[in-house]
Amino acid sequence: MSVLLIAEFDQQSLKAATRSAITAATQLGGDLDVLVIGHNVNAIAQQVAKVQGVTRVLVADDAAYAKPLAENFAPLVQGIAARYSHILAAASSFGKNLVPRVAALLDVDMVSEVTKIIDASTYVRPLYAGNLNATVQTSEVIKLLTVRPTGFTAAKDGEQAAPIEAIATLGDQSLSRFVSENIQVSERPELGTASVIVTGGRSLGSAEKFEALMSPLANKLNAAIGATRAAVDAGFAPNEWQVGQTGTVVAPDVYIAIGVSGAAQHIAGMKESRLIIAINQDPDAQIFQWSDYGLVADLFDAVPKISAAL
Amino acid sequence: MKVLVGIKRVVDHNVRVRAKADGSGADIASAKMSINPFDEHAVEEAVRLKEAGVATEVVVVTAGAANAQDVLRHALALGADRAILVETTDHLNSLASAKVLREIAKREAPQLILIGKQAIDDDAAEVGQMLAALLNVGQATFASTIKIANGKAEVTREIDGGQETVELTLPAVITADLRLNDPRYIKLPNMMMAKKKPLETIAIADLQLNTVSKVATINVAEPPARAVGKMLNSVEELIEVLQAQVKVN
Ligand SMILES: Cc1cc2nc3c(=O)[nH]c(=O)nc-3n(C[C@H](O)[C@H](O)[C@H](O)COP(=O)(O)OP(=O)(O)OC[C@H]3O[C@@H](n4cnc5c(N)ncnc54)[C@H](O)[C@@H]3O)c2cc1C
Ligand SMILES: Cc1cc2nc3c(=O)[nH]c(=O)nc-3n(C[C@H](O)[C@H](O)[C@H](O)COP(=O)(O)OP(=O)(O)OC[C@H]3O[C@@H](n4cnc5c(N)ncnc54)[C@H](O)[C@@H]3O)c2cc1C
Repeated sequence: MSVLLIAEFDQQSLKAATRSAITAATQLGGDLDVLVIGHNVNAIAQQVAKVQGVTRVLVADDAAYAKPLAENFAPLVQGIAARYSHILAAASSFGKNLVPRVAALLDVDMVSEVTKIIDASTYVRPLYAGNLNATVQTSEVIKLLTVRPTGFTAAKDGEQAAPIEAIATLGDQSLSRFVSENIQVSERPELGTASVIVTGGRSLGSAEKFEALMSPLANKLNAAIGATRAAVDAGFAPNEWQVGQTGTVVAPDVYIAIGVSGAAQHIAGMKESRLIIAINQDPDAQIFQWSDYGLVADLFDAVPKISAAL
Repeated sequence: MKVLVGIKRVVDHNVRVRAKADGSGADIASAKMSINPFDEHAVEEAVRLKEAGVATEVVVVTAGAANAQDVLRHALALGADRAILVETTDHLNSLASAKVLREIAKREAPQLILIGKQAIDDDAAEVGQMLAALLNVGQATFASTIKIANGKAEVTREIDGGQETVELTLPAVITADLRLNDPRYIKLPNMMMAKKKPLETIAIADLQLNTVSKVATINVAEPPARAVGKMLNSVEELIEVLQAQVKVN
């Protein structure tokens, strides 16, 4: 049995989500090959080689792979798939875009957003905005999965470096073209991997008030800032801050929900947090049912006091 | 340009779904059903393309039981021209759903296929990518802006940490995110008009597909409840909790 994992990285480094997926992959058993697809990715391949649990690094280096277009990546993965019992990636926007395309090329059904591996063919995944967990078993010859990073700890670097091997590339499939990207650079920790997150809801009232109240608190706590969909839709916070069923799924050590009602679609994205603290002026707010500590208070009064005291 | 839109009938997003006592599945027998929210955005976008003179016809399709006609009528009321029901009582997996959509795409030969980025029952987010692969066309998932010109689609997609813009050669598959647009409010006259629009039914057997899934659900359960939390009495108490739990900068 051999497992193939598709790595995700930015210009500098391997994504933390991929390290979590490596941990999941090692739970499946067997050898673990990690595939690095990109252009001028030598340094990334070296980083991957050091990660504990990796047997071998495969590198597909081609100018056509400079940007992660699923149309170009998928045939490459398809081409080497027959050697593997499992092919997986993190359930990030990268993995979710790519793995189903590979699955269809291989004519197999996949399992998305795996949160737990029971054995090599049995997994747990959420349904209905996390209201239910399904245990599914697949009898496909090649099992394709995306794994939710919050379900698995990030694999650390080990003592030894795995061998690196170049593989043949297939070039541009001419179905799509990268135009541009707009990635927010921030001094703050990344939302998906931050150990503390402070999240604001619609009740913050405006982008200015969101910034004025949330930033000082986030700075004191070295926290990432999250937002509800209602806050994002109202234009108080950028979309990439959205936590939930359709936003980022997070599981920090501490999650602080401020003026958040606790709709199921929001809870779906944060209920695995180790400690949840909520401030809401409504004692019956749903969020309190999910909180370890709750405070009934007006956030415009409480939050500045907290920021000042810390 | 013809636009094909795939839609799914799902449990309404306001319903709190519970597991059946025997763990065999979700207990949805009496739940309120609706069009999948993302699909409503997909239909709205297609209708706007028609209103802008870019599209000439909007065809909506669903694979489901006879009662899935209600979501097709909803889409017709939003402004779609014609609907197709691929009738089946089987629970289709993602690959099977994508294969059904491929067959309809082969018949209809649309220049653009729009579907939701995920269905809120299984939250799989697989069908669009699979369909694009089966048709060997380009894909733009999680789309928040679509511009069509000169046989190409320029699409801005939501990715982790920001947005990305890609250009696809048409035909192509695009999956809709919630930020794509605000679906219109359906007025009564549109509901009445929708009743008169054509709705064709095709038996799934006529498509001669193998829709048997190799992924079996062996148990469905509710996640363990979180222990009851503690309500604090003052901001000071909350500050103490934070000081104990978080290393402050
Ligand atoms: C298909 C679909 C997907 C969705 N995906 C997501 C998702 O990924 N993430 C997400 O967050 N939502 C998502 N939603 C939206 C979700 O259903 C809720 O609408 C949203 O989470 C509510 O945001 P909110 O808590 O900020 O706003 P509201 O529900 O308006 O709640 C505001 C809260 O603030 C409290 N409040 C008001 N003033 C004060 C004050 N001065 N001090 C203290 N508290 C105050 C109120 O008591 C209330 O509880 C989705 C919805 C759908 C249909
Ligand atoms: C409790 C439960 C048990 C299940 N058990 C099994 C099982 O044992 N085996 C199995 O294989 N599957 C099972 N399934 C079904 C399977 O998990 C999903 O149906 C499959 O993954 C498809 O996912 P999706 O529709 O959420 O696709 P997504 O990829 O999330 O949907 C994206 C978009 O595709 C379009 N789309 C999806 N379906 C249709 C459709 N029918 N018609 C038209 N357009 C459509 C819509 O536009 C939708 O927004 C089960 C599902 C549930 C809820």
